[in-house]
Amino acid sequence: MTALLEIRGLKAEIDGRQILNGLDLTVNKGEIHAIMGPNGAGKSTLSYVLSGKPGYEITGGEVLFNGEDLLAMDPDERAAKGLFLAFQYPLEIPGVATLTFLRTALNAQRRKRGEEELSSPDVLKRVRELAKQLNIDPEMLKRPLNVGFSGGEKKRNETLQMALLEPKLCVLDETDSGLDIDALRIVADGVNRLRASDRGMIVITHYQRLLDYIVPDVVHVLSAGRIVKTGGKELALELEATGYAQYQNEAA
Amino acid sequence: MNAEIRPVKTAAEIGFADLFAAVRQSLPGGRDIEAVRRDAFDRFVAQGLPNSRVEAWKYTDLRRLVRDAKALAPRPDADAWTAARNAGAVFAGLDLRRLLIVDGAFVPELSDLAGLESGVRIRATAEALSADEMVLPLEMAGTDPAAALNTALAADGVVITVAADVAVERAIHLVFVTTGTVPAAMFTRSRLELGSAAALTLVETHEGPDQSDYQVNAALQINIADKARLDHIKITGEGTAALHIATLEASIGAGADYREFGFAAGGAVVRNQIFLKVAGEGTTASVHQASLLSGRQHADTTLVLDHVAAGSQSREVFKAVVDDEARAVFQGRITVRPGAQQTDARMMARALLLSDEAVANCKPELEIFADDVQCGHGTTTGALDDQLKFYLMARGIPEREAEALLIQAFIGEVIDAVVREDLREALSRAMFAWLKGRE
Repeated sequence: MTALLEIRGLKAEIDGRQILNGLDLTVNKGEIHAIMGPNGAGKSTLSYVLSGKPGYEITGGEVLFNGEDLLAMDPDERAAKGLFLAFQYPLEIPGVATLTFLRTALNAQRRKRGEEELSSPDVLKRVRELAKQLNIDPEMLKRPLNVGFSGGEKKRNETLQMALLEPKLCVLDETDSGLDIDALRIVADGVNRLRASDRGMIVITHYQRLLDYIVPDVVHVLSAGRIVKTGGKELALELEATGYAQYQNEAA
Repeated sequence: MNAEIRPVKTAAEIGFADLFAAVRQSLPGGRDIEAVRRDAFDRFVAQGLPNSRVEAWKYTDLRRLVRDAKALAPRPDADAWTAARNAGAVFAGLDLRRLLIVDGAFVPELSDLAGLESGVRIRATAEALSADEMVLPLEMAGTDPAAALNTALAADGVVITVAADVAVERAIHLVFVTTGTVPAAMFTRSRLELGSAAALTLVETHEGPDQSDYQVNAALQINIADKARLDHIKITGEGTAALHIATLEASIGAGADYREFGFAAGGAVVRNQIFLKVAGEGTTASVHQASLLSGRQHADTTLVLDHVAAGSQSREVFKAVVDDEARAVFQGRITVRPGAQQTDARMMARALLLSDEAVANCKPELEIFADDVQCGHGTTTGALDDQLKFYLMARGIPEREAEALLIQAFIGEVIDAVVREDLREALSRAMFAWLKGRE
């Protein structure tokens, strides 16, 4: 069976600085992988390289997404193929109404996949249902994307996008940052609803806390740009107790 | 040898002199009006076509950009009428009172003059001039060479008067259209008198055939009496090779509310010069401009705003999207006279450059002679934000579409300043059409 995501020996740098140092990772359908690690380990770089953010240079290795060369695709193509990055810091776009953005994104993906576009009322109906589940005020959908949204609202909005776009692989980059416990619970519930046998997830986080709510199948420790340890969900608890120091030494 | 340096006249300047000599006897108006025209033409001759050393025309060198003087367009014939009938389509489907100015001449037969509201009067400028009414002198733009040329040669246009306390329900649409394949010159003068506490929405569109290097020199003079309200929306369409020079002059009374909106996407060389005088106290005035330029277009918006009276507020937002090798120019000068205390004036110019060859020139100026005022200005010029573009693309939106969404957001802010929803939607459609052209 083809893995959903297969990363082999991935090396990447930005501005001449090597961040990823031969990273290997395989995610199968239905699995949730947590990637934990100290600041500067390359957690966000991994999420950006996977989603195709400009500015990163790939200096080695390969990434296969459902068997296809992911790194050869433009970011919009990756999204249409089913990759979704939930941003650590979702961007504010003044002048673009949230609903317009959601409709444009959904239909752009459907068009690329050769599916029929959905009418505005159909999109609105789906968005409304999802917004309700995530406790998002429908009025917020009329507001410019993320402008003036609180940290919690932004993360709920990311989760809404994820639920609407129904990706094959979700990459959650520090989804817990800036969330209080209630907001965290709402977002985690939203993510858990998306757990499915044909969908994989990579949950990137610095703290174990998020993993109490989104329980992973596999936990990896990322340090100095590669995976230095892999274990079950108990590894996260161990890290919480001991910290990252031993792995930083190991990587060095 | 004579030590005095006299600039050599350009072919266009010689052409304008020949044109004026040839047509001045036949232009409408008696001796007094002919004297006004001659004075104005003398002012033009003394200055010549403005070049880049003339501060007000720093970025729009007409000596270079205007190669020749065209003959005045002939009076529109049956073919011109046919071609003009569907003009102003940007606002098609809206219930506007359409007044057609075809090849520089007001055509009542094509205009909607039925059921005029009481207190509203509409006439051809030629008719007012023939009756020796002094509709030509300009108050603020008088010394400007392009405006002087307009005063000298303007033959027709529309004169609208709205009596005091009349709120005109139906917006008036001035449809300026150039027809025909032989490039010609059109000098129009229009005038709006808005009585005290009157209200009007005036829409103006300009268009013509592509590839024809016709020349439009249009002037509009507006008097807004105390407590009157005016929304003026102008679309500079025009064909791809056209020269469009427009002078707008407005004097605004006390407690009035004046909203000026410009949308420029057409023409090869465009100059919209706006002269505003806030003459009464407690007035609000705003100017919003959206320019969407591509190819080798050159569009200049120049504003001269004079706060004469105290306690008034003005807001100006100019936005330009510039692609290919196009150039957007914005010059804005706000003057606050000694008596204009408690003036609150703000001006902002933003340009979005979509290519490495695109250019934006911004020159905001404040001249403040009063000590208790709030004035500010700012300009920004930059490319599309790569971070925002990536965010949109990461959601599956292709690059061009992501750019279109961001441009739309950028321009949408000025379009939002238009009060009437149906006009706002029509302007949004015009913006979408421009974006479609980029795909």
